[in-house]
Amino acid sequence: MAKMNYKKRWADLEKRIVVSPEGEEFEVDPMQDYFCDAKPRVHPPNKIAPLEKFANWCRAESIYILGFGTGCGAIEMRPLSSAMYDAYRFGVNWRATPRQATVFVIGGYASVKTMKRIVRSYEQMQGPKFVLGLCSCTINGGMYWDSYNTVNRLDHYIPVDVYITGCMPRPEALLDAIDQLKKRIKSGRAEGQNKYAENFEWYKANQKKIIKNWDMPDYSW
Amino acid sequence: MEQIIENIKKQFTLSDVTTAHGTYITCEKKDTVSLLTYLKDVEGFKHLVLITAVDWIEDNKFQLTYLLNSPKLKTELGVRTFIERSVWPEESEMQSAHHLWPAAKTYQRELHEMFGIDFPGSPEINDPLILEWWDDIPPYRRDFDTKKYSEETYYPREGRSTNDPSDYMKDQLYPREGEKNA
Ligand code: SF4
Repeated sequence: MAKMNYKKRWADLEKRIVVSPEGEEFEVDPMQDYFCDAKPRVHPPNKIAPLEKFANWCRAESIYILGFGTGCGAIEMRPLSSAMYDAYRFGVNWRATPRQATVFVIGGYASVKTMKRIVRSYEQMQGPKFVLGLCSCTINGGMYWDSYNTVNRLDHYIPVDVYITGCMPRPEALLDAIDQLKKRIKSGRAEGQNKYAENFEWYKANQKKIIKNWDMPDYSW
Repeated sequence: MEQIIENIKKQFTLSDVTTAHGTYITCEKKDTVSLLTYLKDVEGFKHLVLITAVDWIEDNKFQLTYLLNSPKLKTELGVRTFIERSVWPEESEMQSAHHLWPAAKTYQRELHEMFGIDFPGSPEINDPLILEWWDDIPPYRRDFDTKKYSEETYYPREGRSTNDPSDYMKDQLYPREGEKNA
């Protein structure tokens, strides 16, 4: 049984010939069914200013956080959803998958192994997307600044909108950061996604420098 | 505990027994796995707490410690052994203990990755565990300079300053002292 599955998997990976409506034949790499490796595009703001303002207001008031805790600081996200801090009253929600989330809270230090997952999750999030760097570790490495396996500056790998200092910061600080992020989004300055698209080569070079087993597509969404 | 050590001494040569902070016995490399088997099967040390290593770079040796626990006697026993420390990229070698405790596999993978100690026959020993495709000296060896590596690899941010904790606390607690001395 196991052997059959194995064979079937390989058959799936073979290129297949597809005939277009015009009768043209072309090859399709089956991996393309699962991801697209086109580079990200810059999305300019809406030319009609009031519409853009309205869109930004909508974005700011529905903050869906990706439930992916990368370091010890991520523990501060849990109290936020409890009755004491109740982040839901600010329109903050937690989401299980990158596809449903708009805000990525990097909870502290990012080791190289986690960095790979961070990059993938970030690229899978649908725009507009924003990043909160929680904890000192995301700013300058924190107490792991001379460690062999944790990155020092998060903004060399993915664009960061708001940083929160502290080791670890209190939940109030995180709430304040969400507030700051809202202000940023409303004023149209939270352009991390476009920054990523513009400097795509630079970000990729930095990521590939540390992630040695790069066995995924360059851009996966 | 004394009785157990007496029993062990009848069959194995122990080079050292300390009881200062818990009981630790040191045995030869070739005896280690048979001693562990004996402790597990006869003396009832059924639980492997951890396997860890120390890099004695000056003596050119790795010290391996197997910490065992006996649920029946409610006591712990450490078994130490010294193995040859190879120069990277040569790997040191040690017999595997995964047939005694399946959990030993994970510790051995970690030691392989962090110290470059090979355990031939241990399952998945060559698969990456924490570091993925590390290509430098294993990071827990003391000749690996983590600060230098970090500075070269991870773009340190400018403007970090450090305080000597003792001086800093003195200034905080006794601000007048400094003035008097000055
Ligand atoms: S800043 Fe402190 S609490 Fe935050 S991730 Fe780093 S070590 Fe952990």
